[in-house]
Amino acid sequence: MSEYLVDIKNERLSFFTPAGEVKALNDVSIHLNQGEVLGIVGESGSGKSVTAYSLMGLTAHPGKLIGGTIEFNGHQIHEMSEQEFRKIRGNEVSIIFQDPMTSLNPVFTIGNQIEEVILLHTDKDKKQAHERAVELLTLVGINEPEKRLKQYPHELSGGMRQRVMIAIALACEPKLLIADEPTTALDVTIQAQILELMMELKDKLGMAIIMITHDLGIVASMCEKIAVMYGGRIIEYGTTDEIFYEPKHEYTKGLLKSIPRLDAEEHERLVPIEGTPIDLLNPPKGCPFAPRCESCMKICLREMPPVTTFGDIHYTQCWMNQKAQMEGGATNE
Amino acid sequence: MNNNDVLVQVEHLKQYFPAGGYGKNKKYVKAVDDVSFAIKRGETLGLVGESGCGKTTTGRSLLRLYEPTAGKIIYDGKVIFDKDAKIAVDMLPYRKKMQIVFQDPYASLDPRMTVADIVGEPIDIHKLAANKQERYEKIIEMLRRVGLNSEHANRYPHEFSGGQRQRVGIARALAVNPEFIVCDEPISALDVSIQAQVINMFEDLQAELGLTYLFIAHDLSVVKHISNRIGVMYLGKMVELADSYELTTRPLHPYTQSLISAIPVADPIKARANKRIVLEGDVPSPLNPPSGCRFRTRCPYATERCAAEEPVFKEVSTGHYVACHHVNEQ
Repeated sequence: MSEYLVDIKNERLSFFTPAGEVKALNDVSIHLNQGEVLGIVGESGSGKSVTAYSLMGLTAHPGKLIGGTIEFNGHQIHEMSEQEFRKIRGNEVSIIFQDPMTSLNPVFTIGNQIEEVILLHTDKDKKQAHERAVELLTLVGINEPEKRLKQYPHELSGGMRQRVMIAIALACEPKLLIADEPTTALDVTIQAQILELMMELKDKLGMAIIMITHDLGIVASMCEKIAVMYGGRIIEYGTTDEIFYEPKHEYTKGLLKSIPRLDAEEHERLVPIEGTPIDLLNPPKGCPFAPRCESCMKICLREMPPVTTFGDIHYTQCWMNQKAQMEGGATNE
Repeated sequence: MNNNDVLVQVEHLKQYFPAGGYGKNKKYVKAVDDVSFAIKRGETLGLVGESGCGKTTTGRSLLRLYEPTAGKIIYDGKVIFDKDAKIAVDMLPYRKKMQIVFQDPYASLDPRMTVADIVGEPIDIHKLAANKQERYEKIIEMLRRVGLNSEHANRYPHEFSGGQRQRVGIARALAVNPEFIVCDEPISALDVSIQAQVINMFEDLQAELGLTYLFIAHDLSVVKHISNRIGVMYLGKMVELADSYELTTRPLHPYTQSLISAIPVADPIKARANKRIVLEGDVPSPLNPPSGCRFRTRCPYATERCAAEEPVFKEVSTGHYVACHHVNEQ
C-alpha cells in the first residue's frame, strides 16, 4: 500500500497502431497527496491526457499498458478489470473533459445524467437522487435547478454545460478529480468563472485535482505542483514556484520565454522554441527534446538522460543539468 | 479623420444575418452593429472579444466577403462600399491589396491541391506571372519567405503540421503582394511552442514588407503583444479602442477591465495576489440583445440609465475611445 493517494511508478504505455508502436508514455512517475492540485502541462501529443486517462482505465484501443504500476486509493489500477473499474469511476475518481458540448449525452435530460451516477454508486432511491441532483446544481452555481434538471444539454450555454459536467463529476464526492483542459473550449470570462468554482469546491470538499492544460497561466494560479511533459516523458517536475522561477530544463525555460505577457512594459520580441514537436512513431534515440534544444550535446542524441534532483521534489531529465551537478555545483544558471 | 495615413476606414458598419421569421417578424442576428474605426498604414490594429462578439464578421465584412447590411468602407482613399450612396465596386483589383489568413489551417487549405497550387492560385487569378517558370519562382520565393522551401512545394496539406500549414496559408496571402492582411485568429489552433514562431513571423513580414494588419484574436496577451492599438468588441459593438499599452494598463470600460483581470497570469506570485473581477452569467444572445448598453446585464456598475440609453462611443482622452455612461465616475 502506498502512502499517497495516487502513485504512478515507471508507467509505460504504447499504442499499437497499424503504422507501428507509438510510445505515448515512457517511464512516467507521479505521486499525489490527498487534497493536492497537480498541473500537467505540455503540447498536444506529449502524453498528458494519456497519463490521466490510464488512472481511470480509459486507455482507448489499441493502447496498452506495458510496464510500471499505478496505485490509486488502495487499488492496483494496473491489475484491475473493466468491472472493477466501473465501481471506482465516477465514485472515487471523476473526470471533466475538454468539450462540454460532446461529453454530455444530447438525448437525455441534465437531471437524468446526474441522477444516473448517484443511482449507480449509492443506495439512494430515485427521490433522494433527485434531491441530491438539485443540491449539486446549486453547489455549482446554477440557478433554478429544478427547471434545469428537466432541460437537455442543447438548451444550456457552454459555461453552464461545463458546470453540469462538474456537478456529475462531484456527485459521489470523489477523492480525485481529473480535469482535462476543462476551459479550453470556453471564453476567458467564463473560464475565470469555472476555475474559481473548481478552487472553491476543492476547498469545500477536499478532493485532489489533476489539472491537464497547455495554458501556463492556469497552472500558475491553481496548482501546487507541476509536471512538464514532452514526448511522453516528464522532463521536469517541481513546485509551482520552482517551475516558474527556477526552471532547469531547456524546454521549460523555452516555454516560459515564448508566451506573450500582458504585463510586459515594452515590446519584447518573443523567443520561440524552433522546430516542431516530435513524431512519436519515430522518436529520437536520446532525449526527446534534443532535436529542438539549443544546448544540445552529443550525448543527448544518443542516450536518454537520467533523473537529476534539485530539492525535495524538483527534478529534471536533462544531460545539461546532470553535467552541471557532476561538476560539483548544484547551480547551472 | 481624413488624413493620408489612414489605409482602411470603416464607418457605421452593420452586418445583420437573417435568422428565421417572416415579414414583420423576421428576425436578425446583429453580428456587427454600427462599428467605426480606422487603420493607419503600417500599423496593426488588434480586435479582441469573446466568441460571438462579431470580431471575425467585422474582418470579413470589411473585405466584403459578406455584403454589409449598412455602412461605408474606404480603402486607401477610395470608397469601396457605401450602402447609402449605393456604391459597391468590383472587388477583384482590391483582392490583390487586401488578403486574409484564416483561423483553422486544417480547413482553409484544399486537401486535394498541392502546396504549390495553393500558393499559385492567387498568382493565376491576378495574372501575376508571365510564364510557368516565373510562376514557379514566385511560389518558391513565397514559401522561402514563410520559412518553408522548394521541397515542400509538391506536397499536400495533410503532410504538414499545424504550424507549417498556417505558414502555407500566410504564403498564399502574401502571393499577391498585398498591403493589408486580415489575420483572423491565425494562431489559436497552434501549439504553444509554435505560436511564438508564427507571431514573430508576422512581425518580421510587417517590418520587411510594410504590411498593415487587422489582427483578430480572443487572447488579449497575444493581441497586446502584436498590436499598436486594440479595439474591444462585445455583442456586435465596439466598446473601447485605445493604444495597446494604454488599453491594458488603464482600461476604462468595465468589460475591458474584467477581460484583463480574467486572463490567467503565468506568474504564480502575481496570480495569487491578483483579485479577479469575475463576471456573472453568460453573453446574452445576439438575436435579442439587451436594451441600452449591451453589457449592462453583466456590468457591476449598471444603473437605470444604462438600460434606457445606449452609450455613445466617444473619445475621452487622445486616441482613447470608450462607450460607457459611467466612464468619469469610476
